[in-house]
Amino acid sequence: MVCDDNARFLHGYLDGELDLVRSLEIEEHLKTCPDCSQELWNQQTMRKAFRSSSLYERAPAALADRIRASIAREATADVAATAEDASAKKATIVSMTPTPLSSKRAAWNWLAVAAAVLLMFTVTWRVVPGLSGRGNSDLLTEEIVSSHIRSLQPDHLFDVKSTDQHTVKPWFNGKLDFSPPVRDLAEDGYPLVGGRLDYVDHRAVAALVYQRQQHLINVFVWPEGKETGEPKRMKSVQGYNMIAWEANGMYHCAVSDLNSRELEQFTELLRK
Amino acid sequence: MSTLAVYRLDSSSGRMSMATPNAGNAADAGRFEQTVMPHLDAAYNLARWLVRNTHDAEDVVQEACLRAFRFFGGFQGGDARPWLLKIVRNTSYSFLEKNRPAALGEEFDERVHGQDAPPPNVEATMVRNVESRMLREALEELPVGFREVLVLRELEGLSYKEIAELVGIPIGTVMSSLARGRERLREALLRARAKEGTRGL
Repeated sequence: MVCDDNARFLHGYLDGELDLVRSLEIEEHLKTCPDCSQELWNQQTMRKAFRSSSLYERAPAALADRIRASIAREATADVAATAEDASAKKATIVSMTPTPLSSKRAAWNWLAVAAAVLLMFTVTWRVVPGLSGRGNSDLLTEEIVSSHIRSLQPDHLFDVKSTDQHTVKPWFNGKLDFSPPVRDLAEDGYPLVGGRLDYVDHRAVAALVYQRQQHLINVFVWPEGKETGEPKRMKSVQGYNMIAWEANGMYHCAVSDLNSRELEQFTELLRK
Repeated sequence: MSTLAVYRLDSSSGRMSMATPNAGNAADAGRFEQTVMPHLDAAYNLARWLVRNTHDAEDVVQEACLRAFRFFGGFQGGDARPWLLKIVRNTSYSFLEKNRPAALGEEFDERVHGQDAPPPNVEATMVRNVESRMLREALEELPVGFREVLVLRELEGLSYKEIAELVGIPIGTVMSSLARGRERLREALLRARAKEGTRGL
């Protein structure tokens, strides 16, 4: 019935998916081929039937509510699991156990949702500091130090290894929902050595890696919802120095075993 | 533990692995509501046409949305509809594999069905006045592979490129699948007309 060569392309033509040259070829062919014209007419009729049909199936209203409820449960369960992990982490640090922190989080058992809600009540006091006041958030501090330590383990430091800020910055495109500020400070003695994706404070963040002689500096960056204008904060945890600050709507936290004076100098350079 | 979990890159694709679960929280739930939930009708439409049953479609969509929420960290921005539809499609196929393996075994071999003898004359192949009911029945009966490209194109209005990405086939194959699917649909409509006697299409 239909010319074999053109049958397939007739559909591309119908769907407006052909390039100009191919479209013109098909139009030329249609002028001289009644079979293909007939076929196109048939297909256009079927398309109209689709358009005017009631075939599109819309979701029942109750389904949206069911889904919202299950997502709310999931979010709650996750916060509870995080809190449980946090208390386990505290115990680890207090006992000074040198073993690496291993994954304790098993797949969440749906039947345990009720238990999770109960757990929420008992651990809320632990969760709250982590969710609100950033400045004195012990949880966040521990999280960042742990991420820093983990990054120093073999093969964990880089996803992109480059001293070129014009390589490192574009690498994050499409991997994060923000573009972290990346600057090379090689001239000042703090060369950029790479970057990676990390996960802190319940979200994917950028980790930029700088070097000072034999010391590595991780700078964690992620957007802060609001401009709090909080001053720079400094902390020392487990022998690591940390400096946190906010700039241009981004939360920054530099962590290193570098001495506090040099880390201070580094962050001043970065903030310029 | 979740607070220390590091998002690792999939070295082969250079992308953040879709399999990396998202530690969802209340803030994510808000973003999910804004980004993904508006496409619930599209999700349900696809699931309903793939599993062919309203009750199962609801379960599939609920499961798919939960998966989407867990993988929300892997969503790279842009239009969430094709992203969600891909998860819905995968969930639907998993459901069919588990519960209706026969539905996946339906003939989808072009060579077998491409050899049907052509109808005897032009008049016999004319498609006229297609009723919604007939179109629905004809579409329901198509093998799932044809049904899904037709639903994505004709009901969801996706481009060939989007369909190719979603189904995981080359763009050229999208066009041939649509060509074959539409031909099969027309054949089914013509058979229905023949069965119903004098009622013309």
